Amino acid sequence: MLLELADVSKSYPTGEGILHVLRGVSLALDAGESLALTGESGSGKSTLLHLAGGLDRPDQGAIRFGGQDIARLGDRELASFRRVSVGLVFQQFNLIPSLDVGHNLAFQARLGGRHDADWTDRLAERLGLVKLLERYPEQLSGGQQQRVAIGRALAGRPQLILADEPTGNLDEATGDAVLDLMLALLAETGAALLMVTHSTRLAARLGRRLHLTAGRLT
Amino acid sequence: MLAQGFLALLSHWRRHRLQLAMLLLGLALATALWSAVQAINGEARASYARAAAVVGQDRLEQLVRADGMRLPQSDYIALRKAGWLVSPVIEGEKRFDGERLRILGIDPVTLPREAAQVDVGAEDIGLSRFITPPGLFIVSRETADRLAGAATPPLSISEALPSGTVLTDIGIAQDLLDAPGQLSRLLIDPRQPTAAKPLAEVAPHLVRRAPVAESDLSRLTDSFHLNLTAFGLLAFAVGLFIVHSAIGLAFEQRRPVIRTLRAVGLPLRTLIGLMVAELLVLSTVAGLIGVALGYGVAALLLPDVAASLRGLYGAEVPGTLSIRPSVWGLGLAIAVAGTLASAASRLWRIAAMPLLAPARPRAWSLASERSLRLQAAAGLALLAAAWLIVGFGAGLVAGFTALGAMLLGAALILPLLLSVLLKLAAALSKGVVAQWFWADTRQQLPGLSLALMALLLALAANAGVGTMVQSFRQTFVGWLDQRLPSELYVTTRSAAESLQVREWLRQRSDAVLPIWNAELRMFGQPVQVFGIADHATYRDHWPMLEAEPDAWDRIARGEGVLANEQLMRRAALRLGDTIPLEAGVSLPLVGVFSDYGNPKGQVIIGVDMLVKLFPDASRLRYAVRIAPDRAPQLAADLRRAFDLPLENVVNQATVKDFSLKIFERTFAVTAALNVLTLGVAGLAIFASLLTLSGMRLSQLAPAWAMGLALRRLALLEVLRSAALASFTMLAAVPVGLGLAWMLLAVINVEAFGWRLPMHLFPLDWLRLFLLAVASAVLAALLPALWLTRRRPADLVKVFANER
Repeated sequence: MLLELADVSKSYPTGEGILHVLRGVSLALDAGESLALTGESGSGKSTLLHLAGGLDRPDQGAIRFGGQDIARLGDRELASFRRVSVGLVFQQFNLIPSLDVGHNLAFQARLGGRHDADWTDRLAERLGLVKLLERYPEQLSGGQQQRVAIGRALAGRPQLILADEPTGNLDEATGDAVLDLMLALLAETGAALLMVTHSTRLAARLGRRLHLTAGRLT
Repeated sequence: MLAQGFLALLSHWRRHRLQLAMLLLGLALATALWSAVQAINGEARASYARAAAVVGQDRLEQLVRADGMRLPQSDYIALRKAGWLVSPVIEGEKRFDGERLRILGIDPVTLPREAAQVDVGAEDIGLSRFITPPGLFIVSRETADRLAGAATPPLSISEALPSGTVLTDIGIAQDLLDAPGQLSRLLIDPRQPTAAKPLAEVAPHLVRRAPVAESDLSRLTDSFHLNLTAFGLLAFAVGLFIVHSAIGLAFEQRRPVIRTLRAVGLPLRTLIGLMVAELLVLSTVAGLIGVALGYGVAALLLPDVAASLRGLYGAEVPGTLSIRPSVWGLGLAIAVAGTLASAASRLWRIAAMPLLAPARPRAWSLASERSLRLQAAAGLALLAAAWLIVGFGAGLVAGFTALGAMLLGAALILPLLLSVLLKLAAALSKGVVAQWFWADTRQQLPGLSLALMALLLALAANAGVGTMVQSFRQTFVGWLDQRLPSELYVTTRSAAESLQVREWLRQRSDAVLPIWNAELRMFGQPVQVFGIADHATYRDHWPMLEAEPDAWDRIARGEGVLANEQLMRRAALRLGDTIPLEAGVSLPLVGVFSDYGNPKGQVIIGVDMLVKLFPDASRLRYAVRIAPDRAPQLAADLRRAFDLPLENVVNQATVKDFSLKIFERTFAVTAALNVLTLGVAGLAIFASLLTLSGMRLSQLAPAWAMGLALRRLALLEVLRSAALASFTMLAAVPVGLGLAWMLLAVINVEAFGWRLPMHLFPLDWLRLFLLAVASAVLAALLPALWLTRRRPADLVKVFANER
């Protein structure tokens, strides 16, 4: 078992009281497996993804990665976990605007001390980014930016890729092409994928699918 | 519609209170320093005007001797007999318990009514009390406070008199000034009878002098006040950087609101009008706070300014402030004008913005490389203009214009320079965090460049003025050693005592050197003439700038004149030029000496020549040469033998201490304004970092998500601020040196008439460097602390889709 969420709950204080985003969610993901998480807006998909990636901590429950409960890790250990074990792909791409494509691609891998120049070159080639390496994010199209984000997530060969609506900002054709590329590369690296999406069409392309409604898995 | 639109605009400030506070604070501080300088200058100028108006000098014609010397009372009697309606005045200086006061003696009976500032016939004064011994001193309240406990005639208070001036009866004044039967001038009553005999017949050696609307003090101190004004403007400019930055950000953040307001039907003109109204309200509030603060700063600085003016120019300025409507008016006007100028380009952009222009909250700071290059080119053009003005311009205003062009030019070049430096640092970095750090710092540059430009100005001003002051100090101390080689300086109280003291000293010392002097006018200005003895003391030590090889021999033979640097520059003299002295005697200029701190022209001739040309010259002072270890005993013996007050026999160290104290107080104001300007620049960085910190989250969150801990990111934020301040300081040093050079070689020469050598003080720069870094670190600390306290929920919002 690569990732296991056991009875995880999360709530946020709001102006109108406490908002319970996740209520006792449990799920498991094996190495190399791909899982789509669907649900309405506000159902808690992104929150679940953030908890799985060590970006936030649950109020209750355990999140085990490779058997270790990351919910109990301190800030420094969580940062290390994110550097080494997780690759993140966001709908808004969230590239680092001050770095060019080449440096963005290698950024997380170098942070985690897992930089492999040959692999990064191959990724750039597979993602069609070779001619764009010296460009800055603001000079790229949405599809190009998302390809850089996928490359960045995979460059350190993490065991888990977390993707939050990775094609949400792209048109259908570009989105399909980007997803094809991501799945092919995942197959190559053996990383597991947990992807949040609104689209049942895209969800159907992954190995498994779970649906969230009002903070509970259905 | 108007109210709704206005409320919608104002709602921005409710949500961005910190931004509002920074805008108000920046503008208030900028206005405060400017107003402080205006309040100080206003006080001083009012004081000079009062001094100029004393006994009607600013309104009445006067009769004076052409050579500026006193005239005999017999002239007055002769003129009155000849039918002239004139009134006698004597003027001089006298010390009371260490307080040097200007004594004005008048004849209340003949005084024209235009000159009667004080009604001496009034009940509280009384004519008979005024004219009969011990007489009456009419003074301002401040002067009365200073004279408390001193042995003076009874005091009567009148606020019509300037500080430091005593109005008394002419007979009493003549006694006090040891000038019996002498007058300084005669005031001419405007109601002259037509039958009076011509002046040429009655008193041919007297000349008519027109009313003097502007006093000598006003002219002499112009440069001092211009210096203060320049500093006030610099501080205001530094403050405006904060205002410009805050307004720019607020306008860009409100683009969506502006777009919506226009979309729902608010006409563009109305919208612009509302925004101008909003700026007027804000600038008026900040201006009022600023002027009030300015009065506080002025009240703190005024005692030092008053001491400087007294020490440098003998100008009396009261140490208390009056509330002047002109300062309030000017302060508010400059606050409003500065705000509108800062906002002009933003308003123009909004006027030109298409209705459906997208909101780009970061667009304001994303200056392209091209615009950086254009800005730098403008900066270079300004530097070239400064160079041309220095080369071909003349006068103090040209000097300050060149200085302003140089500072602004350097500030405009700074962002491109920093960009190049940061690019270089990124290229040389190996680690991924270091590369990201430099690249990210470079990306922050547009948002911080205004604050950094303000910091550059403040640092350059500090480095430049510091170098100027320290160079001046070093030169001044060395010069004092040369100029004051004698062990004792003695001032006697009368001509008779002078002869006795001289004889007494001659038997007990190595040499007694007369320091006798007279006043005259030459080249259209008052000049002091000193007579000195032929002695090795002068030959070996006198601080000559240039001289003929046999200058001292010619002075001793009465065949030459030495002039101070001020006179040489003002009258454009060269060695060999003829200097007109008394009674048609002219002598060639054989040497020029440095004479720092003296606002007046001065010439030196042999003492025998002085006595010959100026029989009435003051012969009260001597310099005494004696082995240094014997000096204290001789001073004590001298005081005892002649019952001389302590201050009449001073040793070299006391004179030097006194001179240095005057020096230190003179630059205390400059130092205070320097620190305040640096403080405003520090605040500019703080304001920029604070306003940027909200936006930084979306830039930092991806790095955090990929594994850079928040504490590390916060530390990097602080380091970034320190790095930018360090680079700015590196740029500020050459600018500061340029500024120091211009102050020493251009401004000082124009303002004071002397040129000083420039010395370098790297330790001072190091101190300034540490101060700059410390202020930048302090400015970055609060935003960094906020960053470390961010909850993960705040950061993940950046990645949330449903934003």
